[in-house]
Amino acid sequence: MSDTQQNSDLKIVAFCCQYCAYKAADLAGSLRLQYPPEFRIIQVPCTGRIDTVEVLHAFEEGADGVVTLGCMPGDCHFLEGNLRARRRVERVKKLLAEVGLEAERVEMYNLSSAMGDKFVQYATEMTERIRKLGPSPLRHSGKHVAGTPVAGVSQMRESL
Amino acid sequence: MIVAEQKPLAEIKSMLGEAKRVLVVGCGTCVTVCFAGGTKEVAELASTLRMSTQLDSKETVVDEVVVQRQCEWEYIDPLLATLDQYDLVVSLGCGVGVQTLAERFPKIRVVPGLNTKFMGLPTKPGVWEERCQACGNCMLDRTGGVCPISRCSKQLLNGPCGGSQDGKCEISEDVPCAWQLIWERMTSLGREQELLKVQPPKDWTTSRDGGPRRIVREDLQLPEGYRD
Repeated sequence: MSDTQQNSDLKIVAFCCQYCAYKAADLAGSLRLQYPPEFRIIQVPCTGRIDTVEVLHAFEEGADGVVTLGCMPGDCHFLEGNLRARRRVERVKKLLAEVGLEAERVEMYNLSSAMGDKFVQYATEMTERIRKLGPSPLRHSGKHVAGTPVAGVSQMRESL
Repeated sequence: MIVAEQKPLAEIKSMLGEAKRVLVVGCGTCVTVCFAGGTKEVAELASTLRMSTQLDSKETVVDEVVVQRQCEWEYIDPLLATLDQYDLVVSLGCGVGVQTLAERFPKIRVVPGLNTKFMGLPTKPGVWEERCQACGNCMLDRTGGVCPISRCSKQLLNGPCGGSQDGKCEISEDVPCAWQLIWERMTSLGREQELLKVQPPKDWTTSRDGGPRRIVREDLQLPEGYRD
């Protein structure tokens, strides 16, 4: 079994812009190119849709790595969603370091819908990186303790 | 608006102590629009606190809520019903919000998650600048709407000083000279002659020099015996 086919229980959440990375993944499939099965794709309308909180929640729920894949700089269908996403990814890197997780667990790549091979390259690169880092310590630290939002104040006001 | 920024995560964590159930309370007013304590920032802090305490092998529950305005009892009173579930409240409100919570709910420990910085405005995305120091005796009518108290580094009433160079303050190239701005504004209004009038020393008793400040409006007070 080749490296790209080797399966592990790692989970890498890949937020893929529907205009570029998602179509590049489709192209990779049409070209019969293999990419690591740990790479779990979530289609988004634009990487600008991704907020820091969503990336943090992915880690909280047990992701070992998170990648956002957006259009080439200047090619965003919403003008600058990909540029905003990159800044947010940089911010998450800082937050992860504060939390005590490796900042390398999150990354952003840019590509176009014609770059099936690049998609495979980035997926392989990121998976290799996460394999080296190992599973996220959050997965093995015991009970999951995610909190819940308390009832909104509008609801509270109704109960007054 | 009141402009604030979040404290480092390590500092907030150090305030948690042995608390096992923590409620992060945001505010939907000033600190929401300066991206310090709104819904997203509360979710971000709660998430990072949960992950960080989990890595420390602590089973801390961190919940989140945002009230529309943390600086009025009316808006925070609905929290009372759920507060007995928590050991500690991290307020992502300004200093007023923290104190409003602490004053209204004396039995629960309230700690600040933000550093309240100043009253100001966003001059461009991601940049906030100070515009008012609440000196209690506004003189913007005499300075063309540019405040020398909050924008001049020396709070000069009769500027500029010798440190004004090419329209910039000597403390930093990023700080425009307030008196240069005042001159330009007054000139554009054709009122520059008014600047020749020497301003007398300011009465600072209306500012912090007079101690904690208070406003009483008798017409707005409730009648004697009325239950508030």
